[in-house]
Amino acid sequence: MACRREENKTTAGMAAVLLAAVLGSSGAALAEDGVREQVKGLDEQIQEVKADVLAIAAELSRLEEKLLYPSDTQVSLFVALAPAATFRLDAIEIHIDGKPVAYHLYTHKELEALRQGGVQRLYTGNIRQGEHELRVSVLGKSRNGTEHRWSGSFKLAKGVGPKLASITISGPSGQGIALKDW
Amino acid sequence: MGRVYAIAGLLALVSAAAAAAPARDGLRDLYFGEALYHAYLGEYFDAIARLDTELGQHYALDEPALDPLHHHIREAEFSVGDFELRYRMHLRAGRAIRAVLEGDVAPAVRNEAAYRLARLYFQKHQPVEALQALERIRGEIPEHIRDDVAFLRAQVLMATGRFGEAAEVLRALQGAEGLEPFAAYNLGIALWRDGRQEEGGRQLDRAGLIEGSAPEVLAIRDKSNLVLGSALLEAEQPQLARRYLERVRLNGPYSNRALLAAGWADATLGRFERALVPWTLLAQRRATDAAVQEGLLALPYAYGQLNAYGRAALLYEKALGAFGAELERLSASIRSIREGKFLQALLREELKQDADWVIKLRRLPEAPETYYLMDLLASHDFQTSLRNYLDLEELRKKLAAWEGSLEAYAELIETRRAYYQPLLPDIDRAFRVLDSQMRLRLEQRERLARRINAMLTAPRPEFLATAQERIARERLAEIERAAAGRPPAERAAILERVARLRGVIHFRIRTEYDARLTKAYKHLQELDAVIAALQERHRSFVRTRQAAKQSYEGYDALVQLRGRVRAAQERVDALQARQGRLLETMAISELEKRVRRLEEYQVKARFAMADSYDRAVKAQAQERID
Repeated sequence: MACRREENKTTAGMAAVLLAAVLGSSGAALAEDGVREQVKGLDEQIQEVKADVLAIAAELSRLEEKLLYPSDTQVSLFVALAPAATFRLDAIEIHIDGKPVAYHLYTHKELEALRQGGVQRLYTGNIRQGEHELRVSVLGKSRNGTEHRWSGSFKLAKGVGPKLASITISGPSGQGIALKDW
Repeated sequence: MGRVYAIAGLLALVSAAAAAAPARDGLRDLYFGEALYHAYLGEYFDAIARLDTELGQHYALDEPALDPLHHHIREAEFSVGDFELRYRMHLRAGRAIRAVLEGDVAPAVRNEAAYRLARLYFQKHQPVEALQALERIRGEIPEHIRDDVAFLRAQVLMATGRFGEAAEVLRALQGAEGLEPFAAYNLGIALWRDGRQEEGGRQLDRAGLIEGSAPEVLAIRDKSNLVLGSALLEAEQPQLARRYLERVRLNGPYSNRALLAAGWADATLGRFERALVPWTLLAQRRATDAAVQEGLLALPYAYGQLNAYGRAALLYEKALGAFGAELERLSASIRSIREGKFLQALLREELKQDADWVIKLRRLPEAPETYYLMDLLASHDFQTSLRNYLDLEELRKKLAAWEGSLEAYAELIETRRAYYQPLLPDIDRAFRVLDSQMRLRLEQRERLARRINAMLTAPRPEFLATAQERIARERLAEIERAAAGRPPAERAAILERVARLRGVIHFRIRTEYDARLTKAYKHLQELDAVIAALQERHRSFVRTRQAAKQSYEGYDALVQLRGRVRAAQERVDALQARQGRLLETMAISELEKRVRRLEEYQVKARFAMADSYDRAVKAQAQERID
C-alpha cells in the first residue's frame, strides 16, 4: 500500500511537474546562479581576449604586407560574380606572364558567398613595374549541367603603388570574364 | 569617434540581415567586399579583422572622402558591429551601440540602436537593462524593425513578470508577418500568467491550430497544445486536457511529454486501459528522455490499476533494466568526461562553427562522452560555454600559426639584413658620385633654359653663334691685333678683309637667328626627355634603395608582436582550460542529476515491483482458493 500511496502522490504531482517543465525554459537545471555567474565572467574575459587577438591580427596583417608585399611590387587579384550570373562556378586558374599563380576550387558555401556579393581575394603576390599578361581560366556548369571552360587574357599594368584588380565572372558566353583596375 | 558617428548613420539604413545587400550591385571598395565574403562564409573573425583594419586606415587618412571605403562607410560600420555580435563580442558591439544612443543622431537611428542594445541585453539574460534600453525608444521607429521592437518589448515584459502589459503588446502583434506563431503562443502564455486562464486558454487553443508547415510553426503549435493540455491537467480538467494533448504530433520534439501527459489525463479519469495506449508507445522510446523514464514507471502503474499485477511486475522489472542500462551509460559518460574525452571530442577538426555547427555536433560518433551532448545543448549557458570553448580553440590555432609565421619573418628579416647591409655602403658611394654629376648637369640645363627663354623676349644672336663661328671670330681678332705691326697699306688691306669676314659671320648669325633659336629650343626639349628618363631612373633607384633598406629595417613591431602573441597564447590557454573545466562541471552536474532521478525511480520501481509480485501471488493464491 505504501507503494501505491507513493504512486498516487506521483500521480497528483505529475501534472504540476509537467507544466513547470513545459512553461519553464528548457535546461533550467543548469541555470544555477553560481554557474551562470561563472559563465558570464568567463564570457566577458573571452570577449576581451578576442579583441586582443583581433588587434594582433590587424597589426600582423600590416606587418606581413610591408614585409612580403611592398607596395612597389604588390599585386592583389580579387574574384567577384556578376549579379546576373546563373552558372555554377567550379574552379578558376590565374596565370601571370605565363606562370600559374593561383588555382581555386569552389565549395558550395564559397559560391553562395560570392553570389551574395562577397569578393574573394584570390591572389596577392609581387610583380615588377610595367605591363604584364594576365590569363584567367574558368571552369563552370550551366543550369542544365553542361560543363563549360572559358578564359580571357588581359593586360595588367603595374605602377609604383599597390596594384588591385578585380575579375568579374558573368558566364561562359559573351564577355564572360571582365577585368577592372582599382 | 568616427566609428560612433558612422554607426549612427548606418543604423538608419538596413537591418542586420540586409547589412551587405547594397554592395551586391555597387561595390566601390574591394576590401569591404572581401570582409563581406568572409562574413558570408561565417568567418567572422576574418571579417572583423579585415573591416577593422580598413576602417582604421580610413579614419587615419587626411581626406577620408577620397578613400573608396567612403562610399560604404555606413554599411561598413554597421557590418562590423553586426559581425562582432555574431562573433559573440557583445561588449564591444554594445559599447558602440551605447555611444550611438548618446550621440546627436536622428530619432529613427537612435531607436534602432536602442532596439539592438535591448536585444543584446535580453540575450544576455538582463531583462531590466533591456527594458531600460527599450524605454529610450521615442518617436519614429524604422518600419523594418517596428514589429521586432514590439515583440522584444513583450518578451522583456514577460521576463520581468509584467504579463498584463506584455499581453497588450502581443495582442497588437497578432497576424504580424513572420511573428505570427510566436506572437500567438506568447499572448496565450502572457494571459495565462496574468491570471486570465480562460482567455489564455482560448488563445493557446488558437495558437495550437495555427496554419503552416514550416518547422517553427509546427513546433509552436505542438508547444501551445502541450502547455494548454498540461495546464488543464493541473487544473483538474483531464477530459479537456486530452483534447489538446492529442493534437501534439507523435514525431515532434514535444511528443514524449505529450504522450506522458495524455496518459496521466486518462489515469486521472480512471481510464487506465486508455492510458496504456500513450504510455506503451512512450515506453518503447529512447530511455535517455525524462518523459520516457517516467513512462516506464507509469505503464506498469496502469497495469497495476487494472489488476494485471503479473504484467505490472514484469514491466517494473523491464523499467529497472532500462534504468540500470541508462545509469551505466550515465556513469560511463561521467567517467569519460572526467577523463577529458568530452573536450577532446568537441575539438574534432570537422567541428568548425558555422551555420551547420549543431548539425555537425549531432553527427559526432556516439561515444560515452558525446551521448548526452545534444541534451546538454538545450541549456543556453552550456551552449554559450561550448561556443566560447570552440572560439578559444580557433584563437589558439591562429596564435600558434602566427607564432610560427613570426619566427619565419624574423629569419627572413635577418637574411635580408645579412645580404643588403654589406652591399649598401659601396652602392651608396657610387650613387653619390653619379648623383652629384647629375645635379651639375641639371643646373647647366636650367641655365640654358633660362637663357633661351630670355632670348624669346630680348634677342641675343651672339648667344647662338656656333663653336666654329666663335673660333673664327677669335681668329679674326688675333689677325686684327697682329696687323697693327704691318705697314699701313698692308694693314688696311688686312683690316678690310677682317671687317668683311666679320660682316659675313654677323650676317649669318643675324639672318639665321630664328632658325637657330628654334633648333636650340628643340634641342632643349630633347634634353628634357633624356633628363626625365634619367630622373625616373634616379627615382627608381631611390625607391629600390629604400625598399632594400625597408626590407630589414623598421620591424621593431615584430618583436613586440611576438611578445603580444605569446601573452595572448597564455591567456587563451588559461581561459580555455577554465572554460573546459566549467563545461565538464556543467555536463557532470546535469548527468549526476539524471543519475539521482534514475536512482529514485529505481527505488520506486523496486518497491512497486515487489508490491506487484506480492499482489500477483496473492491473486493467484486467491484464484486457487476460489
